[in-house]
Amino acid sequence: MLSELFILVICAGILVSGILAVSLHGLMAAMISAGLASLFAAVSYVLLAAPDVAMAEAAIGAGLSTLVFLYAIRKTNAGKE
Amino acid sequence: MRRLFGAIAVLLFGVVLSGVATGYVERIAPSELARRYLAEVPLDLGAANVVTGILITYRGFDTLGEVAVLFMVAATVGLLLGAETRGTSVASRPEPRPPSELVSNGAEIVLPVIFLFGVYVIANGHLSAGGGFQGGAVVASAVGLMVLARPSIGLDHGFLSVAESLAGVLYVTVGILGLVLAGGFLDSRFLPHGALGAFVSAGAIPLISALLGIKVGAELSVIIDRFRS
Repeated sequence: MLSELFILVICAGILVSGILAVSLHGLMAAMISAGLASLFAAVSYVLLAAPDVAMAEAAIGAGLSTLVFLYAIRKTNAGKE
Repeated sequence: MRRLFGAIAVLLFGVVLSGVATGYVERIAPSELARRYLAEVPLDLGAANVVTGILITYRGFDTLGEVAVLFMVAATVGLLLGAETRGTSVASRPEPRPPSELVSNGAEIVLPVIFLFGVYVIANGHLSAGGGFQGGAVVASAVGLMVLARPSIGLDHGFLSVAESLAGVLYVTVGILGLVLAGGFLDSRFLPHGALGAFVSAGAIPLISALLGIKVGAELSVIIDRFRS
């Protein structure tokens, strides 16, 4: 029961950070929020007993793609506002 | 007008996906296919981790496709971003902003642990959660942290390309060995099973996993470094 509640809270976290990623105006903040959505997704995969997928999601979704996007934002003018 | 179209599109998505949500029944027992995999993978391949056994042997060709897609991404990034930096060496780049103390000190403590964890995930792919792909991504994320903590460091692209190409060629060679000596392309059963759960077991799965890890790690590291410079 408690673990189901925890999964629901994590899924709400995915939803909230996903909506924030779309609606935030600062590109940096939006990208961090998108990475946070991936991180919540990775935690939910662990809770749903899929550690293999969780590991890929945490390393690629939350780590590498966020890093690549942050470098890309820094290269454009949008990052200097 | 655009908002109206957007609202209609969201509504249509909702209608399509509501079928999935309302028709959802929680599965109590594994499905027929899953039961069969769970029973057969440890006996047939000798791999304690069923997921890695499926990914590397039964669906080895799909994994080859994933690796090919990743290779194309890395090649395209190199083509688009490599041209402008080809003339400038590491020394002639503008002085990068030094990282914060938190990042540089934290990286010194955390980096060896992350690298070790990546290698552990690659080497124990047939025993515990993970495998070549996940471990390679973990190693590449450690490389990402390393270039964040020490911006002046330069990755040796030549070495990484050689390591990556060699791993790719060996991966396909192992696949062809499986075709000749065992049941099909990327069949891992041409090496002995070993005891279930032992470090040296599961046929060629640890070998394929290590090659995949080297290839994925080198490719993703090069992509990060291209975006940095």
